[in-house]
Amino acid sequence: MEEILKLIFQNKEAIFIVLLSIFLGIEVISNVPAILHTPLMSGANAIHGVVVIGGIIVMGHADPDNYMALGLGLLAVILGTLNVVGGFVVTNRMLEMFKKKPNK
Amino acid sequence: MIGEYFLESSYIVASVLFILGLKMLSHPDTARKGNLWAALGMTLAIFTTIFFHEGIHNVLWIFGGILLGTVIGWMMAVKVQMTAMPQMVSFFNGMGGGCAALISLREFPNIEASGSMMNGESLIILLGLMIGTVSFSGSMIALGKLNGNIKDIRVPFMQYINTLVLLSLVSLAVYIMMQTTPVNTLLYGLFALALVYGFLFVMPIGGADMPVVISLLNSFTGVAAACGGFLYNNQAMITGGILVGSAGAILTILMCKAMNRSLVNVLLGAFGGGGTAVDKERGSVKEITITDAAILLSYSHKVIIVPGYGLAVAKAQHSCHELEKLLEKKGVEVKYAIHPVAGRMPGHMNVLLAEADVPYPKLAEMEEANPQMATTDVAIVIGANDVVNPAAETDPSSPIYGMQIIKVLDAKNIIVMKRSMGKGYAGIENELFFHDKTRMLFGDAKDSLQSLVNEVRSI
Repeated sequence: MEEILKLIFQNKEAIFIVLLSIFLGIEVISNVPAILHTPLMSGANAIHGVVVIGGIIVMGHADPDNYMALGLGLLAVILGTLNVVGGFVVTNRMLEMFKKKPNK
Repeated sequence: MIGEYFLESSYIVASVLFILGLKMLSHPDTARKGNLWAALGMTLAIFTTIFFHEGIHNVLWIFGGILLGTVIGWMMAVKVQMTAMPQMVSFFNGMGGGCAALISLREFPNIEASGSMMNGESLIILLGLMIGTVSFSGSMIALGKLNGNIKDIRVPFMQYINTLVLLSLVSLAVYIMMQTTPVNTLLYGLFALALVYGFLFVMPIGGADMPVVISLLNSFTGVAAACGGFLYNNQAMITGGILVGSAGAILTILMCKAMNRSLVNVLLGAFGGGGTAVDKERGSVKEITITDAAILLSYSHKVIIVPGYGLAVAKAQHSCHELEKLLEKKGVEVKYAIHPVAGRMPGHMNVLLAEADVPYPKLAEMEEANPQMATTDVAIVIGANDVVNPAAETDPSSPIYGMQIIKVLDAKNIIVMKRSMGKGYAGIENELFFHDKTRMLFGDAKDSLQSLVNEVRSI
């Protein structure tokens, strides 16, 4: 019991962030019209591309002589970037179509 | 030191931009700006990480990777057809999951065990690996299914196999944590098992349910990214990941609700499978000529168009809009009835019709359109099938029983544009086509619409 409480105490900031983010995510999505479901899914898809930062850290900490580590890191950076760039560009393309609405 | 301050501040800014971006994405007027803001936040977070995160080496390699990823991602995203958007989202989602899995693979040997693997670090790394990998292989299968490369495979005892694989996955993770040091071979086993599970997890789910699966996997990747955030104590990754995790989960539930089904029902692959309600006695199909259809439409007061995937495949949205404008000019009231899951993704039809400049107020959601059906003279179904199948309301043995449909049968006349008598995505018969009120107009949706436009114009 004490162990668990201690774990919560030690990670209280992270737990705060997680809880607030969960509610925020729910709040933000709840009022979305069905029209925007696809672009929104795509936009959210791009945002979790933030994982690329992890890839950069892996790559940045890799020993330059360790090709295995370099390879893994490089692959991680490439995959993460694909997620970010592809995600945002696709979303933008979808939304571009909404832009030229004649009715304002 | 100043670099670190700058880094953390930039993460705060990036997190705010993610939140604002997501918020703005949920309103039509601000959506585009929202996307750009989120992208700006991402760019900021990426570059401050490269320049100010402590102990970053191999900067050239990093830029090389980013450059390569940017070029490939950009080209793919720009070239993709509007009809293939869902596949694209699934692909990019899989890439994110793969990235999260690679991070875990790389960091696992670095766990400071000090006699026991029972610590938060191991847990986060293993979770990140499992969730990221399942998201990766699952997304790839979803992609194959949407492309039609992979058929639905459904074995009766599939559920038990899946449960068994999931249990072994969790047990292996627990076993790894019970070791005293990080054992790489066990980790590779976990990686392989997670790959298999992602594959098995998506395999039995019907192709028509892929949007729900993609949304769910999207949420998974968010959580996997957040695991990476915990590992590096990186706030931008935690906020971004969890935000998407919860938003994706809610979106998934909204989609299931639109189909009036539970998530469990979707995941067990009850859709499109062993439907018993096939091949009952059916009447004959009545066709209509272009001329007759044109006359019928021109002298109607109110017409409702129900678009489906067929419209997307035929790229007929522009012809469709032309017909609508022409009819409006003749004093016919024209509306579109959009089923939430028409096409291959929620909102798919809206995106396509928006591309053809169809104004927003013309698009009616299902709840809004159904009560209007009774006063509608003609309902035109263009390449839609399952979303207008009355079996969803009348036949309890039908696999789609319980799904809400657009009630075109309430309209006075129905014209169905279809390429052939082929079945819809769920693979079931549609008695709508045999109904007395229904007239079929066979052919490619774009060709039919174009001839219809010419015909209406000449009346």
